[in-house]
Amino acid sequence: MARIGVLTCWCGENIARNVDVQSVAEQAAQLPGVRCSRVHKYMCSDPGQKLIRDTIAAERLDGVVIASCSPHMHLKTFRKAAEHASLNPYLVEMANIREHCSWVHPERSRATAKAVDLIRVAVAKVRHNRALEPIQVPVTRKVLVVGGGVAGIQAALDIADAGVPVVLVEREPSIGGKMAGLSETFPTLDCSQCILTPRMVEVAQHPNITLYTCSDVEQVEGYVGNFQVTIRKRARYIDIDKCTGCGQCWSVCPSKKTPSEFDYGLGARTAIYAPFPQAVPARPVIDRDACLRLTKGRCGVCVKKCQADAIRFEDQDELVREDIGAIIVATGYQLYEIGKPDDRGRIAGYGEYGYGRYPDVISSLQFERLVSASGPTGGEIRRPSDGTVPKTVVFLSCVGSRDNAKGLSYCSKICCMVNAKHTMLYKHKVHDGQAHVFYMDIRAGGKNYDEFVRRAIEQDGAHYHRGRVSKITQEDGRLIVRGVDTLAGEPLTIAADLVVLAAAMRPATGVEELAQKVNVSYDEFGFLCESHPKLRPVETNAAGVFVCGACQGPKDIPESVTQASAAAGKVLMMFSRDRLYREPEIAHVQESACAGCFSCRRGCPYHAIDPAEIRDRQGQLVRRVARVNPGLCMGCGTCVALCLSKSIDLEGFSEQQVYAMVESLR
Amino acid sequence: MTNAASPTPVGEFEPKIVAYVCNWCTYLGADLAGTNRLEYPANVRIIRLPCTGRIDFNLIVKAFEIGADAVLVSGCHPGDCHYTSGNYHARRRWILFRELLATLGIETERVHFAWISAAEGKKFQQVISEITSQTRDLGPYHAYREICEV
Repeated sequence: MARIGVLTCWCGENIARNVDVQSVAEQAAQLPGVRCSRVHKYMCSDPGQKLIRDTIAAERLDGVVIASCSPHMHLKTFRKAAEHASLNPYLVEMANIREHCSWVHPERSRATAKAVDLIRVAVAKVRHNRALEPIQVPVTRKVLVVGGGVAGIQAALDIADAGVPVVLVEREPSIGGKMAGLSETFPTLDCSQCILTPRMVEVAQHPNITLYTCSDVEQVEGYVGNFQVTIRKRARYIDIDKCTGCGQCWSVCPSKKTPSEFDYGLGARTAIYAPFPQAVPARPVIDRDACLRLTKGRCGVCVKKCQADAIRFEDQDELVREDIGAIIVATGYQLYEIGKPDDRGRIAGYGEYGYGRYPDVISSLQFERLVSASGPTGGEIRRPSDGTVPKTVVFLSCVGSRDNAKGLSYCSKICCMVNAKHTMLYKHKVHDGQAHVFYMDIRAGGKNYDEFVRRAIEQDGAHYHRGRVSKITQEDGRLIVRGVDTLAGEPLTIAADLVVLAAAMRPATGVEELAQKVNVSYDEFGFLCESHPKLRPVETNAAGVFVCGACQGPKDIPESVTQASAAAGKVLMMFSRDRLYREPEIAHVQESACAGCFSCRRGCPYHAIDPAEIRDRQGQLVRRVARVNPGLCMGCGTCVALCLSKSIDLEGFSEQQVYAMVESLR
Repeated sequence: MTNAASPTPVGEFEPKIVAYVCNWCTYLGADLAGTNRLEYPANVRIIRLPCTGRIDFNLIVKAFEIGADAVLVSGCHPGDCHYTSGNYHARRRWILFRELLATLGIETERVHFAWISAAEGKKFQQVISEITSQTRDLGPYHAYREICEV
């Protein structure tokens, strides 16, 4: 390439003050391969860009170096200008003589000399630039939403309403997530199920949504716009098309003692069961570990009772494949396991609160079930131990949250509001009862949130004690809560009938395995990492994979829903064009030189390198080489440095280009 | 530490410093130094690469071959890599390569490694100023030039 134009910018006084632009232009004209050298006061202005276009046309340039500001500022601008003059935009490079030169080197002679050097480097590079075309990737207009809680439901409905097919995968037998188990929501105290269950029904009836319950994402292959997802539909033992959901089967099931997952162990369920009355799909499932027929080969009374002939004991897991264009992860949260090691064996704090030992020490989600009209007590607040109405209830904040020593360092964000709500719900049901709250700080940021906490304290008479609880013991059927009130400056002991622990929010189990399948990174706690905390809050570093809800960090319902709609919007934006366009500055393998050692593959952060087989005409395997998937490669170039045979190279930063740049400084 | 490119007397040794920096952190850190008008010696020549993971350490040898007196490799802080893990590769490679350079007889005090984020314009200024003054003290890298001539 030998018809290069160098266009040097004054940037008003910004460059010209410390750099002798005229001298720079004259010296640039002498560089090897340079056809012409021009200057302009403001290269990025309309007349400046016209100068670029006119020079390209008049001098029939095959390479351009703009010496001006940072490429992060205007490389796109200048490449577009070149494109208008019918020059491939990837034949334009920049020399940063403002941020890296005139602004930091006040000594004019040295700044001028450095500016010439920077142009020399850029000219050396552009001589080896190649014309590149954006990579076009076809898009499958179908979305996978993983997780059917309120976030997943919102995202799925938004996308489906826009006319795009959605595959919603839920691990549990019903969608609804944690929100379906809540009694009422803060700060309005409206009924959680009244808000959620109509949305769940909408999902079930939506023509654009395919719902897989009792299902997991088994495998994700492919890349943005073109994922192939394998879904494992676990055996449900019910033909959900035949079943009418009449409930005859579970009313006769003799195995009645399994703790109900939906009631967090406060109630029991049968072996064949619907998780809760408003479940979607409104069909039962058989618990293979509790069913007498499946474990011991006898019983089968449900089969006799079922008039729809819907029970299938021979049911097997089934694998389904779906072609998917974009993935939204909305796997939500679980509560911190109080006093038990977590699934990675790390945290086992707060055993001193007796959770799991004393039946009347319960978690905040269990309390939700106690207050819920659909709960095990029909909405009457009764102690799990003896069924009496508790007259003194103690609520503890920050169980696991904000505790580096035995819990998690972060704030779970919702517990202050949950506690305030619980004291109110309690007071509204047990008028002569007294609620106490131990707290570290009250964090009630949000519309009408602080007012809500004030109402709990001022109108509903909850006693708030600033301090921690050190121990809970059981004496004569009561729970003795020993703590401290740091504002009063004295120890505080309360004899309680019921203790509710606001346990920390943690990402749901299995999210790390899922994250590895979709190649999204997660933090030390297992929360999924967004691409940018402020500007790209629902995107991830894996192209085509989005996150929303509590899998990304602790958040309440309104925030989860907001994020879900944001993720849906991002997906629809991606689908608004028939093809995706990606930067062509990616890696390429020279297959004739590749030795097939796959060092590159092990180092690739995007799993963008796959083995490819080279066969002769008879179809015999000759050898295996590395091949870059252009849909996945992000162009970091790590593979180039790892390649032992130097057979992989990066467009835009090729070995030839980089060595030429260094060589030019000789 | 000298804070600015103070005018140097004619004839004094001016080290040539080649800096291999990543596009997303250190290059932007250098941009920020510019935006904030943080002066530093004009001895450094930046070669922009997408990621420190792209830096084959032969490039360091190459820099000495063309007459550099010091080399800087700088990228995103651990955990902040734009490409999630390229900087870890660079760090691992660096640890091994430095030993190798020492074995070959190359003065390892002329090879520098730094993490400079896009927000650390001040740090970029400091690092360049320190390397420049340190290299000025070390003097021209005659030893390497002699090897090349043999």
